[in-house]
Amino acid sequence: MPSNLPATIHTRPPLTDRGSDPLAGVSVSARDGSVFAVTRALSTGEAVLDTATFTAASSDPAANPWLSWDYVKHNWSDIARALEQHTTLTVQAVLIACVIAVPLGMLAHLRPRLAAPIVGTTGVLYTIPSLALFTVLVPWTGIGRTSVLIGLVVYALLVLVRNVLVGLAGVDESVRDAGRGLGYGRIRLLLTVELPNALPAIIAGIRLATVTTVALVTVGVVVGYGGLGQLMFRGFRNNKYHAEILTATLLCLALALVLDLLLWGVGRAVTPWARRGREA
Amino acid sequence: MDVLTEAFAWLNDPLNWTGRKGVLALTAEHLRLSGAAVLLAAAVALPLGIWLGHRRRGGVATVVAANTSRALPTFALLTIFASTGLFGSTATILAVAVFAVPPILTNTFTGLMEVDGDIRDAARGVGMSGGRSLAVVALPLALPLIGAGLRTATTQVLATVPLAALVGGTSLGTIIVQGMALQRYGQVVAGAILVAALCLIIEGILAALQYALTPAPMRTRAARTRRRRPARNPSSEPAEAPS
Repeated sequence: MPSNLPATIHTRPPLTDRGSDPLAGVSVSARDGSVFAVTRALSTGEAVLDTATFTAASSDPAANPWLSWDYVKHNWSDIARALEQHTTLTVQAVLIACVIAVPLGMLAHLRPRLAAPIVGTTGVLYTIPSLALFTVLVPWTGIGRTSVLIGLVVYALLVLVRNVLVGLAGVDESVRDAGRGLGYGRIRLLLTVELPNALPAIIAGIRLATVTTVALVTVGVVVGYGGLGQLMFRGFRNNKYHAEILTATLLCLALALVLDLLLWGVGRAVTPWARRGREA
Repeated sequence: MDVLTEAFAWLNDPLNWTGRKGVLALTAEHLRLSGAAVLLAAAVALPLGIWLGHRRRGGVATVVAANTSRALPTFALLTIFASTGLFGSTATILAVAVFAVPPILTNTFTGLMEVDGDIRDAARGVGMSGGRSLAVVALPLALPLIGAGLRTATTQVLATVPLAALVGGTSLGTIIVQGMALQRYGQVVAGAILVAALCLIIEGILAALQYALTPAPMRTRAARTRRRRPARNPSSEPAEAPS
């Protein structure tokens, strides 16, 4: 069975402590499941990577540091590709989720009878593990981007809908009264009074959804499309290549931080009144 | 053949349920790993949360813990732990337990911090020592929140353990991962259904348990925390990340 697995195409030179076991890399690959998916997603560039890591590691075959600038230098194009995949997937998922969640939240706000079922359904969906949600779609959407994207949108949706709903419900009753007193209709009140007032809560929801989505993308490895998770998983299969795993992890954290800060800035920019109110 | 038909055929095959890698054995292993992880996390987070909450300081520490755990991918930690030489279930339990600490810690801390100042004053006034007032006044009042934290942590752990199958751990996730490797999508869907069902069932049981264990006068409060409010300011909310 392992003979038809293309998993050993790129293996790091075995570490000394595992060198006695020539099947070390193979056994790991054969046991883990998504070998097909992963090898499919990893494309060219592997050969180059291997020579590079080989020369880097051959000077000291036992070294397997957690942090290695050499690794970053030699595999930059690879890392950049994973990072780009990770970022685009996150941004796309959150944007799609926003487009769906804001109208859905407004609908639930206008029709309070719909609020309980919507929030309840979102809660139940939220309980479903990502491994199950990503893979259950595979027979219909295929291995790759679409399956991961749908799963991510579902999870982000849940966070967003709740926040939109709570944001709209939390609008000061006297503000709403003032709007009604000016003769605003229900829709106009919603769009020009309630929605801007709910903006801070909505932005907070978007930030939360973005950070969790960045973390969740890594689970996409199960369908061969996990962005930086792809690097972690490959590092694990390649005789536990520590530098590859930790670099990807740190990049994940950095990406979450950068996106969070960006959204914080956007939030500040679009709600100038909140800032002024706090300073006054 | 239709994938759904295949999935139900897989679920109906008794051979898939028994044996060393059968559904029953995998479920037992799944529950064992989850239980160990929650116990480990509780053993760390409960005393720490009680201590911090009693001293009424350490809010920053809990917030940092919650935020980092939300941004740090579970899969990354699983991979890191699995590649440090700890193999299989030990690595899984440790990695998963790390993510169960923040919800328990923040809820315990918040629960104790939210105890009414007048009540604490009254306890002091009748001559209770700090420790006694904690044990007989503050802790019972904080119990609904602490219970909610344990429940969130358990749900999260149950949902995270399947991921361990990717890095060599054994759980119900193994069925999915194996199915993907063999491109048997019927098995994948069956595994996904089983994992989701297990999580939903345990979540339901915990919800019922929490309701039954909460004294009637405090139920509204427990219900409030159960339906977690989304964060206005994400940095002040208990961690609850899908995994």
